[in-house]
Amino acid sequence: MAELTARKVIDSLEATIASGGDLERKVTGCYVSDLLSDVLAKSNEGDLWITQHTHSNIVAVASVKGLAAVVVVGGNVIPEDTLVKARAEGVTLCQSRMSAFEAAGEVYNLLKGGAG
Amino acid sequence: MQGNAQVNPDEVSEGFYSIRGGEFQDAGTCATAIKSALMKLGYSEECARRAAVSAFEAEMNVIIHAVAGTLNYMIDSDEITITVTDMGPGIEDIDRAMTEGFSTAPQWAKEKGWGSGLGLPNIKKNSDSMDIDTRKGEGTTLTVRVKLTTGGKD
Repeated sequence: MAELTARKVIDSLEATIASGGDLERKVTGCYVSDLLSDVLAKSNEGDLWITQHTHSNIVAVASVKGLAAVVVVGGNVIPEDTLVKARAEGVTLCQSRMSAFEAAGEVYNLLKGGAG
Repeated sequence: MQGNAQVNPDEVSEGFYSIRGGEFQDAGTCATAIKSALMKLGYSEECARRAAVSAFEAEMNVIIHAVAGTLNYMIDSDEITITVTDMGPGIEDIDRAMTEGFSTAPQWAKEKGWGSGLGLPNIKKNSDSMDIDTRKGEGTTLTVRVKLTTGGKD
């Protein structure tokens, strides 16, 4: 399987980068959840996280868990205070118009090597 | 930033934070600081992450339930102790609070994606010991210990 970078996934999700961290970082998995404690409990390092939340706690969660990037779906706009934190922590944040379902399907195919 | 692989056993590192109730945007401040302190000292990312997840949930509990609280941590050679004391309502039934999915969090916390009844169970899973001292109407002190390891991946 070809190496999947954060940049490649973000492109496939037609997402715009709101805060760029390490875009060459390898994406090794994906986690979809809007319960932050669930993400703290079960996501793995290197996961791409798909969420509806835009508030600044998503940055701290991503940073603590070592997630590869956070994709805010549903066209939700990320507020400035979240972006400021993301830049300070070097966390990659992007926003996509896709629904969580569509985004997860896309990432699933990429990770399983079924598309792209 | 990633620190070196050598851990100086004589080195003791500590930190102290005050936490304000309701200020959810501050959540994770202590957790992030603890993770980066452990990484700088050369401990493994895995134990740094366990300690940080425990701290994060503990911070969140103070923010959700209490007026105010404090978190302090002390890193010894092979263990980190995190102590969180709050001026909150106290935990009525610890057994229920330890049950996944049981939550007394208010609606605002749930709207932010918190308050799903996973906080204390998460701390239990990510720590090597956890102690709760709670008094109704006065507050709660939570003491968490996480064993520290070096090396691992990298």
